[in-house]
Amino acid sequence: MLKIENLHVSIKGREILKGVDLQVNAGEVHAIMGPNGTGKSTLASVIAGKEGYEVTEGRIYYKGRDLLSLSIEDRAREGIFIGFQYPVEIPGVSIANFMRTALNEIREYRGLDPLNGAQFLRLMNEKQKVVELTDKLSNRSVNEGFSGGETKRNEIFQMAMLEPTLSILDETDSGLDIDALRIVANGVNHLKTKDNATIVITHYQRLLDYIVPDVVHVLFDGKIVKTGTKELALELEKRGYDWIKEEYESAK
Amino acid sequence: MKSEPSYLPKLSQYQLQATPNAYRPLEEIFQCHVWNLDTITLPMLNGWYMHDNQPLTHLDNGVIYGSLRAAAKQHPDIVQQCHNAFSKTEKDELTILNESQYTDGIFLYVPDGVKVASPFQIISIVNTQDNLLVQNRHVIFLGKGAEMSLIQCDDSVRYGNTFLNIVTEVFMSEQSQMHYYKTENKEPESQLFNHLFVHQQGHTHFHSNTVTFNAGYIRNNIVVNLSEPFADAELYGLYLVDKSQRCDNFLKVHHIATDCTSKQLYKGIMDDEAVAGFHGHVVVHPDAQRTAAFQTNRNILLTDKAKVNTTPFLEIYADDVQCSHGATVGQLDDEALFYLRSRGISERNARKLLMFAFANDIVNYVEISALQERLGDMVQRRLNGELTICDQCMLSDADHRDFVFPIDPSKI
Repeated sequence: MLKIENLHVSIKGREILKGVDLQVNAGEVHAIMGPNGTGKSTLASVIAGKEGYEVTEGRIYYKGRDLLSLSIEDRAREGIFIGFQYPVEIPGVSIANFMRTALNEIREYRGLDPLNGAQFLRLMNEKQKVVELTDKLSNRSVNEGFSGGETKRNEIFQMAMLEPTLSILDETDSGLDIDALRIVANGVNHLKTKDNATIVITHYQRLLDYIVPDVVHVLFDGKIVKTGTKELALELEKRGYDWIKEEYESAK
Repeated sequence: MKSEPSYLPKLSQYQLQATPNAYRPLEEIFQCHVWNLDTITLPMLNGWYMHDNQPLTHLDNGVIYGSLRAAAKQHPDIVQQCHNAFSKTEKDELTILNESQYTDGIFLYVPDGVKVASPFQIISIVNTQDNLLVQNRHVIFLGKGAEMSLIQCDDSVRYGNTFLNIVTEVFMSEQSQMHYYKTENKEPESQLFNHLFVHQQGHTHFHSNTVTFNAGYIRNNIVVNLSEPFADAELYGLYLVDKSQRCDNFLKVHHIATDCTSKQLYKGIMDDEAVAGFHGHVVVHPDAQRTAAFQTNRNILLTDKAKVNTTPFLEIYADDVQCSHGATVGQLDDEALFYLRSRGISERNARKLLMFAFANDIVNYVEISALQERLGDMVQRRLNGELTICDQCMLSDADHRDFVFPIDPSKI
């Protein structure tokens, strides 16, 4: 589904990703771990199409197509969803209006009829339950005055609404208490099918107790330096990242 | 019948000849299609108050409304109290011109303690293919503890060069409350000058919300005198201008007494080569201790040629005050645009969503829900480029109709 080959990315001339290779297949959950500042969020941003990230080398294929040639909105319409670490506040735009606009544009792209008001509300009610969101929240402006937990639940709610093929959750666990973490993780698990895939970007192993990955990668110094099973995450939790660093340095 | 007081301007032959005629029932022509909005309509056509030989209406609760000229004859004591009383403090050339030349206008009187449930609505329409000068004088008086809302719609439906010079004087007795909503949707050939003078006694609350959808040249001057303690004024405004339209808002709030509060919040979006101006001025007089005054002006420029002049201005002569002012001029938030697009929304629609959110913030302060909803809808259509004139209004397809209003000026 997603194939990244030798990806090099710079921000303002500084190289952040230095040759990332990654393959994610349908039905899989991957975790990307690593210390702060090693390029985890950069990877998510490049896949989303954010401006200011220059791909200097390498390719990203999504469903066999060149992802980098697609516009930001077309990536979403093709089924890519990014759960952002710090979602922006948009005063005056209600979550309901936002989601209805997004959903109907995606449907139009796919040649489907738009949902009418009643159909949309029914869908929204159903999906709100996935992340235990209340009606009150959906009438509020997007992320405005939300707590940390609310922003992340709102991200997963959007994921539930848009039913993406590939979801990338960037540090979704940061700033969450244990209850919010459970709700978010349950949401993600609930949405998992054999046809979609999830990449969980996280600093800590804690989230992986709830969302069990098939593959764990360690991103360090702009490269994936280690790949393993969920036991790798447990080992990282126990031993920290220093041994990865040492292994990497000595292999150089 | 009493004669007209001498301070009323004499009508010229030209003005008398310019009075319009109608063959359709007035209530049909001035029917406003804002759903669920029941108003007491005060129709004005080309500067004349339209009525079926009843220039003044007296309601059982003591409320009086209708033609100012008629009121000046029948209720000289009330009219004289307000007429030219407050405009003189901030007199400019156009106010003086109005004073000497106005034809007629609306008189509104709400006696002590009366709370008028239905809003009044002045629908002022200019329908001419000729060149036309319109000068109106409106006088509004609220007694002690009185409450009222006024909606004023300025529309034009024909293509003629028109110049409107309107002066409105509001007198608010202590503990009264007034909500004043103004919508402006004018032809490019029109020039509209509004001068609103509000005189507030103690413990009064004045709220105004001015929404400009289309302008030829529009200038809205608002002068507020907070003359006794604990008076409060909130002034909101939204201007959405494009092509070569121009809209200026000049606000001046005098904090004369202690413990008064005022707030100004104006927002605008300028497209093409449109020009807008915000000049907010707060004067805190020497004795006006414990004043709280806030001013904000936010603008979005959509092109390199669009322009806004913004001057938030505080002039403070008291020492125990809490004041702030600020202005921003910018483009849409790139982060927000990216976020919306990352969910599959096209750049075009993402921009529209953000612009609507920015603009509708002002509409959200409208306290009449039917009007708020309708204005929100109009803002949306304006930003989509679909709104030219208030198209649910009966007059929107006026190009296909001829309006002839038979009224007899001698009965005004």
